[in-house]
Amino acid sequence: MKPAPFEYHAPAGVDDVCSLLGSLEDAKILAGGQSLIPLLNFRLARPQHLVDINRIANLDRIYERDGGVAVQALARQAAVEDSELVARICPLLSAALGFVAHRVIRNRGTVCGSLAHADAASELPAVLLALGGNVVVRSSRGERTIPAGELFAGVFETTLAPDEVMVEAWFPALGEPFAILEESRRHGDFALAGVVRAGSRLALFGVAPTPVLADPSDPASGLQPSGDLEATPEFRIHLVRVLTERAFAA
Amino acid sequence: MKVNGIEYPSPGASRRLLSDHLRHDLGLTGTHVGCEHGVCGCCTVLLDGAPVRSCLMLAVQAEGHDVMTIEGLAGDGQALHPVQQAFHECHGLQCGFCTPGFVMSVVGLLAQHPNPNVQEIDEGIAGNLCRCTGYASIRRAVKRAAELSPSPLRAEGRGEGGT
Ligand SMILES: Cc1cc2nc3c(=O)[nH]c(=O)nc-3n(C[C@H](O)[C@H](O)[C@H](O)COP(=O)(O)OP(=O)(O)OC[C@H]3O[C@@H](n4cnc5c(N)ncnc54)[C@H](O)[C@@H]3O)c2cc1C
Ligand code: FES
Ligand code: FES
Repeated sequence: MKPAPFEYHAPAGVDDVCSLLGSLEDAKILAGGQSLIPLLNFRLARPQHLVDINRIANLDRIYERDGGVAVQALARQAAVEDSELVARICPLLSAALGFVAHRVIRNRGTVCGSLAHADAASELPAVLLALGGNVVVRSSRGERTIPAGELFAGVFETTLAPDEVMVEAWFPALGEPFAILEESRRHGDFALAGVVRAGSRLALFGVAPTPVLADPSDPASGLQPSGDLEATPEFRIHLVRVLTERAFAA
Repeated sequence: MKVNGIEYPSPGASRRLLSDHLRHDLGLTGTHVGCEHGVCGCCTVLLDGAPVRSCLMLAVQAEGHDVMTIEGLAGDGQALHPVQQAFHECHGLQCGFCTPGFVMSVVGLLAQHPNPNVQEIDEGIAGNLCRCTGYASIRRAVKRAAELSPSPLRAEGRGEGGT
C-alpha cells in the first residue's frame, strides 16, 4: 500500500462533512485527489481521516449568481472548461483551465480543490485574485464568504479553518480585455511564472508564496521570486516583465 | 464496481489505489504503473467513459462506477479497437510500457475531438510520457485512429482541423 493508513469517510451531505470536520482530529477533505493523492502516495501527507466529498449529490453545479458564475465544490475542472455559461460570463476562467495540468487530470480535479490547495504556481488562485472573486466556506459554526484577497495565506496555505469546507467559488463576470499567459517547461506543467490580466488588473503566479496583485506598469516591483533548477529568480522576473507586456499589448 | 463490464466485489482496504486494485487484486496487469503521482499517464483508465489516472484514485471511490481498462477495449472478438489498430499500423509503440495509458488517453481525446487538429493532438497526449518512440509515430497513430473510428464518433466531428 502506498498511502499510510487512514480512516475513510464518505458522507452524503455537506452537513455531514461539517460535523465530521468539527469532531475528528487531523482530517483532510478528498475532492478530485489530483493533488492530495500524490501527497498520500509519497507519504508527505498522513492524515488520520479522509473525508471524501465525491459521494455528495448536487454539489457539482455551475450557475449564474450575483453578476458572476458560481462553481460548486465538485464541479470538475473539465466540466467548467466545457461550460457554455462560463465561456459567456467569464471567458478568462475557461481560458485559464486550458493551462491547468492535462485534460485527464482535469476530468477529476476540481476548481475549488485547486483554490484550497493554494499552490503558488497554479493558475486558478491568480485568476480568482485578478477578478476579485471570493469563496464560500461552511462549518458547523456557520457559513462565511472569503474574498480572494484574504484567502491565500502562504505556500499551500489558505485562511480556511481546519473544520471548514469550501462549498463554492464565485468568479465575477468579465468580458474583454483579459489574458492569461505563462511559461512552463512542457505543456500542462506548473508555470515557472505566469500573469493574469483582468481588465486593468494584473495578478502574478509562480513568483511569490501566494498569487499577488501587481502594477501593470511596473509588475516586478518588490518581487523576490525563488530560484530552483528550472529557473533563476532573475529569469522569473524577466518572464514577469515580458508576459505582462504581452498581456497588455492587445 | 464494474470493470470491463464485469461486477467485482468491494476492494478490501480503503487505502488501496485503483491502479493496485486492478493489477494485484483483479489480475488486470494491462494497466501499467510508472510514477504513482499523476505525471507519466501509463495508469490511465476510463471511469464512466472518461480517462482518469488510476494511481490518483482510491479503489473504493470507483465503487458504483464503470471502469474500463485496456483489457476491455477490444471487446469479445479478435478485432482491435480502432485506437489499438492505429498504434499497431503506425508503430506507435516500441517497448509498450506507456502504450495502455496512451491508448486510453487517446480514446478520451477522440471522444472530445473526433477529428483533432495538430494542437489538439499534442495537448491530448502531453500528459503521457514515452521514453522510446519520440512521439512522432504516436501523433501519426492518433490521426490514423481518428480515420479508423466508426462514423458515430466522427459524425459529431466539427469537420475542421484536417485529418
Ligand atoms: C500531473 C499533474 C499536473 C498538474 N498540473 C497543474 C497545473 O499546471 N496547474 C494547476 O493549477 N494544478 C495542476 N495540478 C493540480 C490539479 O489542478 C489539482 O486538481 C488541484 O490542485 C486540486 O484539486 P483536487 O480537486 O484534485 O483536490 P484534492 O487533491 O482532492 O485536494 C487538494 C487539497 O485541497 C483540499 N480541498 C479540496 N477540496 C476542498 C474543499 N471543497 N474544501 C476545503 N478543502 C478542500 C484537500 O483537503 C487537499 O488539501 C496538477 C496535478 C497533476 C497530478
Ligand atoms: S502511474 Fe499514474 S500517472 Fe504515472
Ligand atoms: S514505447 Fe516504450 S515507453 Fe513508450
